[in-house]
Amino acid sequence: MLALKLAIRNLLGAGLRTWLTAGVLSIAFVVMVFYQGLLDGWNLHARSTTREWEIGGGQYWHPAYDRFDPFSLQEAHAPLSPQALELAAAGRIVPELITQATAYPDGRMVNLLIRGIPPGQQLLSLPTAALAADSVGIPALIGRRMAASLRLQPGDALLLRWRDRSGVFDAREVTIVGIFRADVPSIDQGQIWLPLATVQEMTGMAGEATLLVSAPDQAPLPLAGWVFKDTDFLLKEFTEVIHSKKAGSSIIYGTMLAIALLAIFDTQVLSIFRRRREIGTYMALGMTRGQVIGLFTVEGAAHSLFALLLASIYGLPLLHWLGTHGISMPEVADATGMTIGDKMLPVYSAGMVLFSVAVVILSTAIVSYLPARRIARLKPTEALRGRAQ
Amino acid sequence: MKRTMENQKLIDIRNLVKRFPIGDGSFTALRGITLAFAEGEFAGLVGPSGSGKTTLLNIIGSLDTPSEGSVTVLGREVTHLSHREAAALRNHHIGFIFQTYNLLPVFTVYDNVEFPLLLQKGGAAGRKKAVMKALEWVGLADKAQSRPAQLSGGECQRVSIARAMVKRPQLVLADEPSANLDADNSHHILRTMKRLNRELGTTFIFATHDEKVMHYLDRIIGLEDGRVARDERIENTTEDDHPPASGEIGGSELPGEEDFARP
Repeated sequence: MLALKLAIRNLLGAGLRTWLTAGVLSIAFVVMVFYQGLLDGWNLHARSTTREWEIGGGQYWHPAYDRFDPFSLQEAHAPLSPQALELAAAGRIVPELITQATAYPDGRMVNLLIRGIPPGQQLLSLPTAALAADSVGIPALIGRRMAASLRLQPGDALLLRWRDRSGVFDAREVTIVGIFRADVPSIDQGQIWLPLATVQEMTGMAGEATLLVSAPDQAPLPLAGWVFKDTDFLLKEFTEVIHSKKAGSSIIYGTMLAIALLAIFDTQVLSIFRRRREIGTYMALGMTRGQVIGLFTVEGAAHSLFALLLASIYGLPLLHWLGTHGISMPEVADATGMTIGDKMLPVYSAGMVLFSVAVVILSTAIVSYLPARRIARLKPTEALRGRAQ
Repeated sequence: MKRTMENQKLIDIRNLVKRFPIGDGSFTALRGITLAFAEGEFAGLVGPSGSGKTTLLNIIGSLDTPSEGSVTVLGREVTHLSHREAAALRNHHIGFIFQTYNLLPVFTVYDNVEFPLLLQKGGAAGRKKAVMKALEWVGLADKAQSRPAQLSGGECQRVSIARAMVKRPQLVLADEPSANLDADNSHHILRTMKRLNRELGTTFIFATHDEKVMHYLDRIIGLEDGRVARDERIENTTEDDHPPASGEIGGSELPGEEDFARP
């Protein structure tokens, strides 16, 4: 308590120097919280959106299915077992049949994947009810990115060509009955959604599916002939991207933190040099060297308290505003295939904020302690004379 | 209640040698000093610059250690004290008064005087009483909330005396306490210390070459080239010869034993 009282008085006595150092430290702290919050917000949004729109509570894959290898689709299909059919009827799983195709919008040729899905499913947020339309030949659903890319509007016809299970080419015209808007590019770009039964009939794969999407609250079941992939596996690539982004952003705020810490280190070195007589006085009055080191360490670390105070003055309103208004993302932001919203809303968890506070306090304490160790080599008599050793 | 002066040996110095390394060689500051100080003495180490006054004072105060010989302070051999033990000895039993006051500029007068007691971890009520009493001794109770920068040199030195005395030490070491003060302020602080010496029985040892200080001393130890050149005991009445200058201490009654808990 004595050390903290003395530290705060000394820091306030140092005036502008203290506030400049604390200011830089507070910026580093706010940037740290913001970046972490932004990535956490993105992570949270992307995971929940991907679960809602594409992966549910996990997927059962045909053993031959590889989502990064379209050629695997030729083999990756199998009939649904009675158990799977029962689950599908109960709405606990949604079967999807996927096959490669070529579309010809406006005379152009575009490769895509046809995804067959039951129009009545309610497990995913895809507006598949539109596929139940019987007023058109083959109803098709596409995402806004696909619609923009192929310049398609609802009611437009699109020629599709595909191979059936025997490798024979066939072609038909489908009608766009709906364009959905989702933040998940992997269900939009290069994808066209058709009724499951239609795709099964087109490919000659009646009653078959490539994968089964499980309900979020459905515990994994041992379905014979299917391999369960949990959400952690299905979001593995995204998780890796978030980790890599966090590492990248830590360089930015780490650099800012380093600048502030360097200022504190420099201040400490200068302070110990200029206040040798004071150090000698402390020793003469009965403080041990350890106590004096502790005092100077607390004084340096107290910069972090000033920084947190400053950060709470301007950082709290700023972070709150960013948390409610978000940061608008450009149209091309999801061109990378990453799930990303129109706006990124930072999410500040108590754990993350406390962790950031701990990092700032701990790092300032360490850089304050390092120069303070020199005091251990200082003789009280030399210190009282104001001499360095 | 006045403490009884006893002629016990408070400090016993035998064949003290202190060398300081200089380059490849060394400089001998003290050469075989043998001295003893009794409880309640008001003694001064006098001599020209470089004679070893401050070095001897520092060793007595356990701020430095001897190269040879033995120095026993309050029954403790300072040569063998660890840093922690030396700090405890200084904190509980020895008060220091410096030429440059060495007050903590960011603290108030009250906080400065309270500082040694905070290190002793006593109760807040007892601390406050002791601090205010010490400030009354030196006539600065009304400046308790002032900062050192707002005080004159004389007042700063009086705060320094209060800080040294607040823990009721058995020994006070004063290194050139009047060197930065004018004549009036010098007499003022010397009278204060003399009075504390007489009333509380606290031993004072000065390092000085100020003639004004010498007039107050009961014992003068002359040092020359690190050796004791003379050791005289003097009967003086200097306190009575110098009436208080204007604005001096208000003659606060000195505390009795019951006012303090000696550590």
